[in-house]
Amino acid sequence: MAARNIPEINAGSMADIAFLLLIFFLVTTTMDIDTGITRKLPPPVEDDMDIDVKERNIFKVLINSADRLLVEGKAGNIGNLKEQTKEFIMNPYNRDDLPEKKLETINFLGDVWVSKGIVSLKNDRGTSYNMYIQIQDELTQAFKELRDDLSLNYFGVKFDNLVDDAKRDAIKKAIPMAISEAEPKDVGGK
Amino acid sequence: MREVTLRVMIIPPDATAVKKLEKKSMVSYIYVGIPLKTQLGTESRIQLNDAFANVDDIQEFIASEREARDEVDRKFLTTSIKADKNTRMGVITDIKQELRKIGAFKINYSSRKGIQKK
Repeated sequence: MAARNIPEINAGSMADIAFLLLIFFLVTTTMDIDTGITRKLPPPVEDDMDIDVKERNIFKVLINSADRLLVEGKAGNIGNLKEQTKEFIMNPYNRDDLPEKKLETINFLGDVWVSKGIVSLKNDRGTSYNMYIQIQDELTQAFKELRDDLSLNYFGVKFDNLVDDAKRDAIKKAIPMAISEAEPKDVGGK
Repeated sequence: MREVTLRVMIIPPDATAVKKLEKKSMVSYIYVGIPLKTQLGTESRIQLNDAFANVDDIQEFIASEREARDEVDRKFLTTSIKADKNTRMGVITDIKQELRKIGAFKINYSSRKGIQKK
């Protein structure tokens, strides 16, 4: 039987083709990582349930249909909303018009003054979503920075880098994320 | 790798304090924006799954989303609101009210991580 010699296929360009395919898929694949601001909605209220909160414990933030801010009765600015919120929550000089504090014993932290302050956010139906997110963002940032400060003080790392869940809970308890959203009202029209 | 075809235009707002959404299988999406087809007008519309919907459809949508998950996972279900940044809050508020009614309290306002402004 005569030896059949098999014709050889030129595989020299194989690597090139594989490489080309790799590049193609690298470029075309989109991995949309979802990011966002996480919130928890309050359960629906049974008819007109009035919750009594002292005036000094509420930090009122209003956004009107023209995206203008009213913070504690005064025209506000998004630039210093974060600082205002932080000062309000912490009440560093124990002022009478800023929120009360309660002494609480928390694991890992010992006795801590926990602020009773609540941020009350109210928006109009005509407010733009962008503005709303900006405000939510500033408020979240304010609480985050407070938590970071406390965490750095006690554990030497930022809140986000805390691994121990029990410690995280302790910080969360010391600085609760108190953002309340008022029942919606239609003032400015659509 | 989106599972639905977007019928509305969405440019998410920028934020700095964003968190990554973990466990994608535990997330249901509500899209809000201006329809891509211009003949449908410029009013913000809600999109659930592949079709336009009204605010009243949200409860049903959430119920079906719950139905599709295991019973143990149901309480971890998060609703992500993907809305265009020029949407008026009226629509969003309506959605939030519906979500409260059906007990879907965990929500996420989808936003991109922007540059920190100082």
